Amino acid sequence: MATHVETSTTRPSLWSRRPQFLTTSLLIYAALVFWAFVSLFPIYWTITTSFKTAVNVTQGHLIPFVDFMPDWKGWRSLGLSPDTIFAQSTVRDEFIRRFFNSIVASAGASFLAVIIGSLAAYGLSRFSYKFLWMKNKDISFFFLSQLILPPVVLAMPFLVLYKHLMLLDTLIGLVLVYTLMVLPIVIWIMRDQFDTIPVELEQAALVDGCSIWGAFLRIVLPIALPGMVAAFILSVILCWNEYFFAALLTSSNAKTLPVMVASQTGSQGINWWSMAAIATAAIMPLILVGIFLERYIVKGLTAGAVK
Amino acid sequence: MSHTTMQAGGPPASRRSERTARQLSGARNGRLLLWAATLLLFATLLLQVLEVSGVVSMGLVSWRPLLFAYLIWAGALCAAQVMIRGEDGQRAAFVLPAVLFTVAMVVFPTVFGLYIAFTDWNLSAAAGRQFNGLDNLRSLFADVYFWNALLNMVYYVLAVLVQYAIAFGLALLLNAEIKARKFFRVAFLLPLMLSPVAVSWMIGKSLMEYRFGPAATLARHLGWDNPAFFSTPWLARTSIMAMDAWVSIPFMMILLLAGLQALPSEIKEAAKVDGASGWQSFKEITFPLMLPVSMTVIILRIIFQLKLADIVINVTAGGPGGATDTVSSFIFREYRDRSNVGYGTMLAEFYLVIIIIFVALILKGASRWMQRDN
Repeated sequence: MATHVETSTTRPSLWSRRPQFLTTSLLIYAALVFWAFVSLFPIYWTITTSFKTAVNVTQGHLIPFVDFMPDWKGWRSLGLSPDTIFAQSTVRDEFIRRFFNSIVASAGASFLAVIIGSLAAYGLSRFSYKFLWMKNKDISFFFLSQLILPPVVLAMPFLVLYKHLMLLDTLIGLVLVYTLMVLPIVIWIMRDQFDTIPVELEQAALVDGCSIWGAFLRIVLPIALPGMVAAFILSVILCWNEYFFAALLTSSNAKTLPVMVASQTGSQGINWWSMAAIATAAIMPLILVGIFLERYIVKGLTAGAVK
Repeated sequence: MSHTTMQAGGPPASRRSERTARQLSGARNGRLLLWAATLLLFATLLLQVLEVSGVVSMGLVSWRPLLFAYLIWAGALCAAQVMIRGEDGQRAAFVLPAVLFTVAMVVFPTVFGLYIAFTDWNLSAAAGRQFNGLDNLRSLFADVYFWNALLNMVYYVLAVLVQYAIAFGLALLLNAEIKARKFFRVAFLLPLMLSPVAVSWMIGKSLMEYRFGPAATLARHLGWDNPAFFSTPWLARTSIMAMDAWVSIPFMMILLLAGLQALPSEIKEAAKVDGASGWQSFKEITFPLMLPVSMTVIILRIIFQLKLADIVINVTAGGPGGATDTVSSFIFREYRDRSNVGYGTMLAEFYLVIIIIFVALILKGASRWMQRDN
């Protein structure tokens, strides 16, 4: 994202020129703070609730140490509180398995999608293909049009297909579906990335005797790496949050975190502190990703969509 | 499949004849490889079909061998392209893996889904799959709940416009001269990171919970005696829309913000010098310039909105009385609770046709509108 244009030198003139400047800026900050509250309060609420006891929930206490004393109750039920962390806990084992499944499924799918997506994007950005009636534009559209396909259309055929291929309830099956899901997005991002890299670089390499693939691997790929990282992170987020396919295609072995969270909400009634603990543990990795890798996420989101 | 656009320097003449000879033998080997792989693929297919129909029995428990045969064939196809057609083949090999993958994963299941859609197939019934012609289509047209879900989709898609307005406002705020921009940007972006399933618990099932949820408490303080957010149809629909907006506004906001920052700053400066007020310069300059980005953002969001399901499934399961049902969540329940595979797939394929027509119309309309504008 470009840094902003206003510099400190313009500020004094604004102060003197516009008497209503103060109120305007006050309004702007009020709006900003309000929306920051809207964005952050549910997250704050979830995290604090995981440290509450029943009384604190029913009486609507909000601020830890002031309203209520934090308690490890929620985390204890998950087997992740300090006093239970070394003890046996079936819930924790279950949780860690789901967590691990989510990591494998999302990282594996994103990795696969970034590899074949980058190759396709490079081809579509550099060469002009002709296959039957399809030119580059049509092939690109073919890939992008997969975005329109709603998961429900594929769900049943996949269920039947996977049953016959013995891929039901396996991580490989999930990885394949997720790859399909993020591939159009990866191709979109990477095409935009490759379009910005000057062709002259590869031409020089080709003259020097590199093959086409050699030029791609040795010259273009290192330059396009930040874009690939952005595409990868965006894919991981999308796969990590995916619920629909995971709910239909997995049962006991390859179940992912969202499915576990969803099944807990249904079964446990109003056991808020443990629900909050599970929800917190499920969203925490993404919040960290959001805070520390925000630059890449924004880069991935804006690639191609904004010229 | 391809022809050249990037002209590489040709090889020296002395090495050229040697290279053509090598290419010829390579082409022969390539064709051989491709034929062998194709043969293997069809032989596996034949064996599997025979196995299923009970003619031969080799103890094949699944169709997995066919999967491996397809993988080998796909690999052989890529290798053969390079061997037969040299540089053109190398170029084709970039795009082939993605094409083969997508075709195998989309085209085949969709066609197979079309077949399922015309069968009477309930997983819990013992009868198994039976072709029943247009019966599913007939019951689809009679299904009030499906049309209700489709009508709900219209509301949900219209809600995208409200989300757009809010997102535009936020983007303008972030683009103003403010301190701590980085903090606000990250804070505004965070909801996008969260999984809809977690959000449905965090907001739908705890924040908006009738007895103890802070949102309900706040509503009571504001004088609303009975803050049941999911009781009446419109209230429930609005609550779902609000949750969906909370998750998806950051997506639109980030794209719009990038669009705003890409605007040339001279234009705004000029407007300021001419004495245009903030609202005027927004209406006359910023908004028109942002139209292309806005179009992209809205269309993308509509496409994603048409898949809306997770939140509805987990918060209301379509209730009350189907008021919050989306087509996807409706079909999801048809699959999972009623195991009605044949009918559910017919609904899904019908929905796909509607979506394709709808999106094609939007894209066409958008491109025509942009052209008229320019």
